[in-house]
Amino acid sequence: MIQHLQTLVNGIVLGTLYACLAVGFSLVWGVLNVINMLHGSFIIFGGYLTYYAWRSYGVHPLLALPAVALLLYVIGYVTQLLAINRVVSRPVLTTLTLTFGLDLILYNFMTVYYTATPRRVTLDLGPVEFGGIIVPVDRLIGMALALLLTGLLYLMMRRSRIGRAIVAVRMDRDAAALMGIEVDRIYAVTFGIGAMMAGAAGAIFAMVYPVTTNLTGTFLGKAFVVCVIGGLGSVPGALVGGIVLGVIESFAGQFFGPQQALTVGFVLMLVLLVVKPTGLTGIKGYE
Amino acid sequence: MPKARLASWQQWAAFAAWTAALASTPLWATNYIAVLAVSIAMNTALALSWNLIGGFTGYPSFATAAFFGLGCYAGALAQRAGVPMPLAWLIATVVAGAFAAALGAIVLRLKGHYFAIGSIGVVEMMRLVISSWDSFTGGGDGLNVPLLSGGPNVVARVFLAVMIGIMAVTFLVTILVDRSRLGFGLRCIQQNEDAANMIGVDTTRYKVIAFTLSALFCGTAGAAYASWRGYIDPIESFSILMSIKVPVMCLLGGAGTVLGPVVGTAGFMLLEEVFWASFLDYNRAILGAVIVVLIFFLPGGLLGIAWHDIGTRFVRLMRPPKAAA
Repeated sequence: MIQHLQTLVNGIVLGTLYACLAVGFSLVWGVLNVINMLHGSFIIFGGYLTYYAWRSYGVHPLLALPAVALLLYVIGYVTQLLAINRVVSRPVLTTLTLTFGLDLILYNFMTVYYTATPRRVTLDLGPVEFGGIIVPVDRLIGMALALLLTGLLYLMMRRSRIGRAIVAVRMDRDAAALMGIEVDRIYAVTFGIGAMMAGAAGAIFAMVYPVTTNLTGTFLGKAFVVCVIGGLGSVPGALVGGIVLGVIESFAGQFFGPQQALTVGFVLMLVLLVVKPTGLTGIKGYE
Repeated sequence: MPKARLASWQQWAAFAAWTAALASTPLWATNYIAVLAVSIAMNTALALSWNLIGGFTGYPSFATAAFFGLGCYAGALAQRAGVPMPLAWLIATVVAGAFAAALGAIVLRLKGHYFAIGSIGVVEMMRLVISSWDSFTGGGDGLNVPLLSGGPNVVARVFLAVMIGIMAVTFLVTILVDRSRLGFGLRCIQQNEDAANMIGVDTTRYKVIAFTLSALFCGTAGAAYASWRGYIDPIESFSILMSIKVPVMCLLGGAGTVLGPVVGTAGFMLLEEVFWASFLDYNRAILGAVIVVLIFFLPGGLLGIAWHDIGTRFVRLMRPPKAAA
């Protein structure tokens, strides 16, 4: 019993990280209708920056996180404005291929400059235990940060002018333009936020797990699965999707071995795509 | 943009000339070039295959690597079980086709982004299943495939002939589809699927046929590749990079045209070859840059450029603005 409870807790902790990892991807897909193949590399880039700030200059990851997030926001904003906005209304084949091309460039430079060695920030905080369930403190911090960031994004989408503008563009691009919203700028902001969340997720991951460029595809795959489970473009959807995936992977790993955990995620995604493409929550994302 | 459609005999002549050039490489070029020719023929077959679903039908399929990898493993496992090589390739072809038909019936209900994600998911899932099924597929260690006897030169020539054969058959199928009711129906689906359905195109059946045709020769090419290389592993067989490269080759030439995939693959492979040699560390970045340039500046591919008046347009571009006004 206690073992299952431990697996459940592990799954939830992992799931919140997945949610944070996927929420930016989901937002970009939902608002821009672009499948952002760069997302995985953005995450790893954020992780590497955090690691090197810690390693070379002794900057604590918690301090590095806002800076990394801001930098990624700028990169995302510029990428969207200069490159993706030119083709944003073209079919998915074009936009997906373009972001994949950009991903290859970023990926290549990361492997050349940082090499693919797995690296992590080791804080050595030890574990905490309640009622027989053990959770490492760094993971707990990661979970809290992931929840905090996802919550902040949710608040921003609901309360701020820019958030309402993003939702308006998502609902009807043309009507939003008629209401005086600069659609191109909103697209750039949205993509920037997507990259920012990726960078922040990367910073969190670097504290908890080793990051390497070999993981870009895995993280991107997670973002796909979470998005399809939770429904597109919605922050609560990504949270639900992330936690569901985390728990399922955790139990699948316990029962069938860790390799199968990934497979189960993809099978679940394919089944859901076919039976219920709006995701488990059925949220259309108009938060 | 006026689309210059080539006459039928011109298509044949261009393809025949290219085939002859590839087939004759052992006579006039180094072994290195001959091996490159095998790769070009194989990728041309894959690009022509993808063109049927991605170009004609307009479905953004990234499942090429799933069919190719399935072909690799089906062929390799059959050969290891003692099946003669050509029969193993035939088995791989049928397996890939049957898999695509079954899969297509399910995933072709999805459209646009969901279809794209679904097809990528299939590749990932196949790779994971093959790498974890140790007892049957050798898992992450991969599989050795019995090599053809006769020394490297003979082997290279045999596989050059085989890959060119697969490429020619794929081209033939493309021509047949292009001129048939099927091709017409697929183009209708690409333009507007609902309207096509209304005017009596059996869209589901047509899409599944196109998807299956697009998988068949990926399976053959995969099996032949496995026999050629003598070793396969899940990471190389089911690579997302391949799933994206093949559509890019097709787009480079011009998707939905008969010669586009042939021209595009040739251009892509030669470009890649030039850059591979000179910038070993940056070949992925260069591939990425090629993709970006292609998407921005060549939306219709090389065949979509209006070559006939390119001279006059260039002159107009060079003229000082006063004269133009």
